[in-house]
Amino acid sequence: MADTARPTNPAGRPVVRPLSPHLQIYRWTWTMAMSVAHRITGVALYGGTALLALWLVALAAGPGAYGPVAWFFGSFLGRLILFVYSWILLHHMLGGIRHLVWDFGHGMEPGTRIAMARFTLIGSTALTVLVWLVALVAR
Amino acid sequence: MVDNRPDIRPSIRTARARVSGLGAAHHGTREWWMHRVTAVANVPLVLAFVVIVALMAGRPYPEAVALVSHPLVAILLILGVLSVTNHMRMGLQIVIEDYVHDKGLRIAAVIANNFYCVVVAVACLYAIVRVSLRALA
Repeated sequence: MADTARPTNPAGRPVVRPLSPHLQIYRWTWTMAMSVAHRITGVALYGGTALLALWLVALAAGPGAYGPVAWFFGSFLGRLILFVYSWILLHHMLGGIRHLVWDFGHGMEPGTRIAMARFTLIGSTALTVLVWLVALVAR
Repeated sequence: MVDNRPDIRPSIRTARARVSGLGAAHHGTREWWMHRVTAVANVPLVLAFVVIVALMAGRPYPEAVALVSHPLVAILLILGVLSVTNHMRMGLQIVIEDYVHDKGLRIAAVIANNFYCVVVAVACLYAIVRVSLRALA
């Protein structure tokens, strides 16, 4: 076997070699921030599907189980969760459409790609407010 | 963008072996492609889901049951659950493979991911079908 001992300095401590730079070294850009946001929102939605399952199973179980669940989603905390959840959902959707456009090789120019990343945030926020306004008005 | 450049590197592998091997993972880009296909399917299904949830909110139990047991609503929900749970299974597997470096832990996490997605999918599908069929009983 080759010598696999870690290199040590004269004091006997292991030499800490520099690693390749990670996120914190780079200047934040819109495309980078929205790429990170796309992954975070995706993971959040992954956990959020448990709430969808809970709601549907409660509906199937009967009025006794549905009552508390419907009460929770109608409460302030429940509505806040639904509002944030819908924003995360629409953000991930618009981000996904942006990535699909890029997958086909369009919109890669510097100005265009930054504008597209910026639109993901603006568009998802506007769309979420619009959906909730329509839902409240139609009530 | 299709890369049509010919591979001019010398190789002792036959052309047949090159295409049938499908790379180190042995299933080519199928997973990547299915992630895109489910993403496209998710767009209309998620929009329909948002509308259904908005219509559901605050309704008494019998009305909520009536809405979910409507064939159009039930079919859209079933399609949405199938597409979304598959999409999120593939998505989280990519996240796991990026950040979990220990091999044993990574395999355990990928299996747990599969179990979670199947449980969510089956729970949702069971509930939708049960609510829908009860209307006929």
